[in-house]
Amino acid sequence: MILGISGDEAVALAAKQCNVDVVAAYPITPQTIIVEKFSEYVANGETQAEYVRVESEHSAMSACVGASARGARTFTATSSQGLMLMHEILYVASGMRLPIVMANVNRAISSPINIHADHADSMAVRDSGWIQLSCVDAQEAYDTTIMAFKIAEETLLPVMVLLDGFVISHTLQNVSTLSDEQILNFIGNERKSENILDPENPKTFGAMVLPDYYSEIKMQQIEAMDESKKVIENTFKEFGDLTGRRYPLVESYKTDDAEHILLCMGSAFGTAKVVVDDMRAEGKKVGVSRVKCYRPFAGNEVREAIKNAKSVGVADRVAPFGSYPPLYLDTKASCDGINLKSFVYGLGGRDVNKDTIKEVFDRLEKGVDEMFVGVRE
Amino acid sequence: MNTKKKGYKEMPAGGVTYETSLDYETGTWRSEKPVVNDEKCTRCLECYIYCPDASIKYEDDKIIIDYSHCKGCGICAKECPQDAIDMVEEEK
Repeated sequence: MILGISGDEAVALAAKQCNVDVVAAYPITPQTIIVEKFSEYVANGETQAEYVRVESEHSAMSACVGASARGARTFTATSSQGLMLMHEILYVASGMRLPIVMANVNRAISSPINIHADHADSMAVRDSGWIQLSCVDAQEAYDTTIMAFKIAEETLLPVMVLLDGFVISHTLQNVSTLSDEQILNFIGNERKSENILDPENPKTFGAMVLPDYYSEIKMQQIEAMDESKKVIENTFKEFGDLTGRRYPLVESYKTDDAEHILLCMGSAFGTAKVVVDDMRAEGKKVGVSRVKCYRPFAGNEVREAIKNAKSVGVADRVAPFGSYPPLYLDTKASCDGINLKSFVYGLGGRDVNKDTIKEVFDRLEKGVDEMFVGVRE
Repeated sequence: MNTKKKGYKEMPAGGVTYETSLDYETGTWRSEKPVVNDEKCTRCLECYIYCPDASIKYEDDKIIIDYSHCKGCGICAKECPQDAIDMVEEEK
């Protein structure tokens, strides 16, 4: 079925169709529609899921931890300040290896308060042990939410689905949906009941661990994160076989013979493709790649995508304080010997429009080493 | 008692506990150990009640300290109404 819905509605629908048992959430713009829509499903009896109304995001994630430890398929959503308030519990979820799925609708962080798209929130928790999958539109947000449950439950790692505030969350788009049956065949009817709290088979979760074991438990997480890349790839492939919609870890557009490449994340990719077409019509060899699988960082795939370019502009939607921004740093660490330039655009929802992208390509062509795009002096 | 600690490939995921605290020795943390003077001790069992680590047992009409788990906090010595427990520095 094809529905005209926003990115937020697409995520809520996907979560409902994935047969989640528990949603614990607190509303925050621009994520609100997700949990609002989900609470509507609950009120209308369209799902048997339990909706837990909590007093903060810290509690939302804590309730998710409890539900997931008991074996519930668990979902929540947040943005910006909400993610900041969850920060502590994000590490608890990943450390306890709980397959929680969360949509984070990317929004700038205060201060100054701003509700618009910016990647500073999810980037601030990039090392919290969560898988992070970035989306470019509502269709992908729907698809990725479904795949996220399969990936999380197979790897026992929590998964964050990232979509840009307003640009994706509030923009109506035709979204091709799957039937409940197709989805449940794909991800399984319910969570596998391994490693959960069970009165018949008592276990202790989250006990104190001293220096003699902490490193080993972190090594397990590190290894699980590294190995999750294979699971993510396989899940993307199986989903592609089911729907025809194929998602690579790193997606590229006209990069094969490109002299200058823009490497980005999120909704900017769509605009960049248009700019690439325009510039190609003028005879300029440019291309664009975007990182879908940010954690674990798809470094080899990024390298493969951009290795033949004369120069690559790595564009972050994060204000860097005292160092380079995160996507650039990850790329730099994976792409030794490639000519990389760091760019920052689109802070606090400033439009990343065709001119913004064009400006990045112009600077790459001219070799201008200037990080900030579209900021007044 | 487990002497060899498991490696990360052998342990359950997520820090789920796989051995009991009985198998996990905390006695090595101690800098001073409680020593009971049986002559002064009246077997009132105040020490048994106060021990936060359940490291004091009463067997065969004697106070027995479980030195594998006693962390040497000294609460038993402090609370003993007969001053029958001395804290003695551990040898290095």
